[in-house]
Amino acid sequence: MSEALSAETIRITGHNGDEIEAYVAHPHGDGKRGGVVVIHHMPGYDRATKEIARRFAEMGFDAICPNLYWREAPGAAPDDAAATARAQGGVPDERLIGDVGGGAEWLRSRPTSNGKVGVIGYCSGGRQSVLAACNLDLNAAVDCYGAFVTGTPPEGFPLKVTNLVDQLPNLRAPLLGLFGNEDKYPSPEQVDELDEILNRENKPHQFHRYDGAGHAFFAVDRPSYNVAAANDGWERIETFYTANLGG
Amino acid sequence: MCTYATIKTELEGSAKGPDSKWFHVTDGTVYFDHPVHAMAEHTLNIDFADPAKGPGARVAVELTAASARELVTAIEAALQSAPAELTV
Repeated sequence: MSEALSAETIRITGHNGDEIEAYVAHPHGDGKRGGVVVIHHMPGYDRATKEIARRFAEMGFDAICPNLYWREAPGAAPDDAAATARAQGGVPDERLIGDVGGGAEWLRSRPTSNGKVGVIGYCSGGRQSVLAACNLDLNAAVDCYGAFVTGTPPEGFPLKVTNLVDQLPNLRAPLLGLFGNEDKYPSPEQVDELDEILNRENKPHQFHRYDGAGHAFFAVDRPSYNVAAANDGWERIETFYTANLGG
Repeated sequence: MCTYATIKTELEGSAKGPDSKWFHVTDGTVYFDHPVHAMAEHTLNIDFADPAKGPGARVAVELTAASARELVTAIEAALQSAPAELTV
């Protein structure tokens, strides 16, 4: 396979038929391949997240990252858009599902698609990745240290976030979970709880938990970056997606 | 973690923002969460904004928890030092 790839900004149809912006990256060549929807973290549709999309293209997948803040702040700098969205209450779960669904539909419409689409999210996006996989027909989901899949979110704040415990019986894709053992949200106990629920529900999943790693260990531009955990995590992701999105 | 914790407040004042231009501040958003720029896992973040002028009309501050507490103390001290009739 050629290592050449292309990346660009496009418009897709998201939740409720809304047109939203998305960043796409895909390898050159017309061979059939799987696709990945990348859910950006709460700080926004930023350079680091777009690098992740390009990395999936380098691995041989088509990738798309919908701009979840497009409605609140079209064309704004990612940090300004994140601040605006936050001040307005954040991204409602229903809208997130619609926008990820729009991204998956775009991926499946490509002539190179093999029909299989996975989802991945980091931090708040980790929770949203699980949320999407409980509500959409996806072939694989990756949760990178998403808080409040289990556990109790803080109350009394404008951002309304609930845990996903009542939705987990509807999980319809194998789940890969990557967590730091030094993380507080999700804590190792909350990860244990998620593991127990998925075992009870007979949901295929595999978790990898890293000693010495805290939250956001994949974030190459943050002090939380942990080389060993991130390197192993990326290998786990590639193996998981190759198994579930390949062919 | 993403704390999701967000506290909004109305403000009346001005801030110097993008392109070194002053703008009218109407809204403040205060939250303790991941910073965009500061080299800390979590910071106390304040957005001084005028949403009516769009997302770019914003002055953003990211402070460590200790610095934020020092700022609170400094603001209180500055207000206390002024004649009470000026700070109503």
